Amino acid sequence: MPELDALFPMGIAHYAIGGLLISFGVSYMFASTGLVGGMSTFSTSTWSFLSKASYFNRDTFTTSRNWRLVYAAGLILGAAIWQFTVGDTFVTQVGYGQLLLGGLIVGFGARLSNGCTSGHGICGLASFKLPSLLAVLIFLSTAMIAANLVKILGGF
Amino acid sequence: MSIPFFGSVLIASALFGFGLSYSTMIHPEVVLSFLRFDDFSLPWVMGCSATITMITYQLLPRLAGKPLFAKTFRAHAATLDRNTLVDAAIFGIGRGISGVCPGPAIAGLGAGNWPMLISLVGIFAGSYLHGRVMR
Repeated sequence: MPELDALFPMGIAHYAIGGLLISFGVSYMFASTGLVGGMSTFSTSTWSFLSKASYFNRDTFTTSRNWRLVYAAGLILGAAIWQFTVGDTFVTQVGYGQLLLGGLIVGFGARLSNGCTSGHGICGLASFKLPSLLAVLIFLSTAMIAANLVKILGGF
Repeated sequence: MSIPFFGSVLIASALFGFGLSYSTMIHPEVVLSFLRFDDFSLPWVMGCSATITMITYQLLPRLAGKPLFAKTFRAHAATLDRNTLVDAAIFGIGRGISGVCPGPAIAGLGAGNWPMLISLVGIFAGSYLHGRVMR
């Protein structure tokens, strides 16, 4: 199928299988704990361990910081299991400056909008949340503009 | 809050991390190639994932009164206001510059993609800055 090849030059099955595995994880999380998880609150809630600033010590962060820490540990564990079983080692070639600046802006922006790709894109869309749909459309649009600008300007 | 509760969070997120890795979404290169219209990976992964999740989110609260190890099913916290949309736009710019997102960055570390540490330093610094600006 030439059309599919054009849309998915790297193949399509691993994306579908990976996506399904993600949904099994998120679904099991909901079934066992009732929690709806994205990852973008983790960095803010973790600051509540270290900072006395009132923003970080809101109930929404202090009551969730423990499970969010475990959630992050599990992500690392799952990725490590992948790497030692079916995966291969891959170190990104994206420049350090891009990684740092992008991370900084992501960290700044993710919080107030209540979500990131997993928070809005998977959990929010799955909850039929209109704000999540709008957020996804907006962040994908600005991401496309930024990614193409970076390339035009000679970045990775 | 107990061992079954936290154990379940760990199992769930390990599956999440394994799936993220399997889908190659932990590689900024793959995300950037989608953002530059070279392939259709990200929305396809997101769609596959959201479809099953949608079914569990809709059905479970109706079929079961409560989760296995907690009192209630929670709801997604999305709200529609200016902040949500402006911050989504800011978030997207960062995502487009780096190809990085919090979940894949953390999972990437587990898979040995150590430069993700640099992004995580940025993410933590950004969250801190945001928290101090917001109060």
